[in-house]
Amino acid sequence: MTETAEEIRLTVNGVVHTVTVPARRLLSDCLRHDLRLTGTHVGCEHGVCGACTVLVDGIAARSCLMLAVSADGAEVTTVEGLAEPDGALSAVQQAFADCHGLQCGFCTPGFLTTITAALAENPDPTHDEAREIIGGNLCRCTGYQNIVKAVLRAAELQRAGRAGEL
Amino acid sequence: MKPSSFGYSRPESVAEAVAILASIGPDGKVLAGGQSLVPLLNMRLAAPSHLVDINRLSELAYISIDDNHVAVGALARHADVLRDPVAAAAQPLLGMALALVAHPVIRNRGTTVGSIVHADPAGEMTAVLALLDGSVLLTSSGGQRCVQAKDFFLGPLESDVQPAELATEARFPVLPPSAGCAFAEVSRRHGDYAVCGVAAVVELGDGGAVARARAAYLSVAATPLVLDLTDACAGGFAEAGRFAMAQVRPTADIHATASYRRHLAGVLTERALQDAAARARGRGR
Repeated sequence: MTETAEEIRLTVNGVVHTVTVPARRLLSDCLRHDLRLTGTHVGCEHGVCGACTVLVDGIAARSCLMLAVSADGAEVTTVEGLAEPDGALSAVQQAFADCHGLQCGFCTPGFLTTITAALAENPDPTHDEAREIIGGNLCRCTGYQNIVKAVLRAAELQRAGRAGEL
Repeated sequence: MKPSSFGYSRPESVAEAVAILASIGPDGKVLAGGQSLVPLLNMRLAAPSHLVDINRLSELAYISIDDNHVAVGALARHADVLRDPVAAAAQPLLGMALALVAHPVIRNRGTTVGSIVHADPAGEMTAVLALLDGSVLLTSSGGQRCVQAKDFFLGPLESDVQPAELATEARFPVLPPSAGCAFAEVSRRHGDYAVCGVAAVVELGDGGAVARARAAYLSVAATPLVLDLTDACAGGFAEAGRFAMAQVRPTADIHATASYRRHLAGVLTERALQDAAARARGRGR
């Protein structure tokens, strides 16, 4: 079968991109190579490490386990899209800074996106739920304890932020 | 690691999908959630010449429940099934098993029907379908056929789906009122493939005695193994565990030795039967 190129349309962090890719292009590679958004990291490329996690139509997904063509028409949020337009850190990003939730930072984009989506669904997780949320992401530096704390701290910051808006 | 090149179609209807599958023949492959297939493509353990992406077939993204079955369409994600309260009430084993399928992010995208068609002997949903005597609905341009679980799983990663067929639905029988179910498994880390897992359904008769007990095993055989433990339960659940241990013939791999897997089959059988019986008694009240 000869390889065909497909034209796809992705809205990434609010910006519409039209890009032509071969069908075998992974979404992770499309983001990094075609769109030059290298915040999404690629670790294992078979769905184990979680570093490449992005939000597809608001739902967390492994971008290394999705073809870019399958995401045609979707709204994708990468780690570059988490901060506020003025550059202020999101609650999850601020919590990682507060709690020392990262050291080398390679795995961090996947943690931030995973936790952002999980807190949208469950804004008040227990300690056990916080562990379950990050259970599919690998980190070789922190020992995870500070990341669990960051999940709980992010939930706290979000609640405080919402209370401040009232 | 990148997939080798392939042709690609993204049909908008089931009729279109099965027509394409018929035209491309045995070297085609269906892409649903991709959480098992894409790793195989990335590692080039699989290199189909053509992928048929069914992610636009929203007509298959259903979960429907009647008096007898929970029917799960081919595009229902694990997370959708896990969150469905009506499905959980009709067949609690679905939720118990799905909570053990990989991690939440994988469940967001992976489909229940896809994991059954993938026929991994370490898959929780294959064991559930086999234990419940469920079935899979296969659709082709020629019509539909319904294959019982006992005939569906042919070997590791091999199911009865033919090249021109699309698995459109899995049917899980509902839990009888006098029955309880449980799922117990051991994995190296939470969310990893199970070293051994046991799903059990226990039905109680008058006076609370075990009227029927069955268990399905993952990671101990090439296809989901189902054992009838009704007679073995007469001597107690520990006796049933010893019986199960004698029945399984696991093999060794990098995760565990054969004897450790056999040991786990016994321990987890006892544990799953106890939990299932306790839940059956709880429902009976």
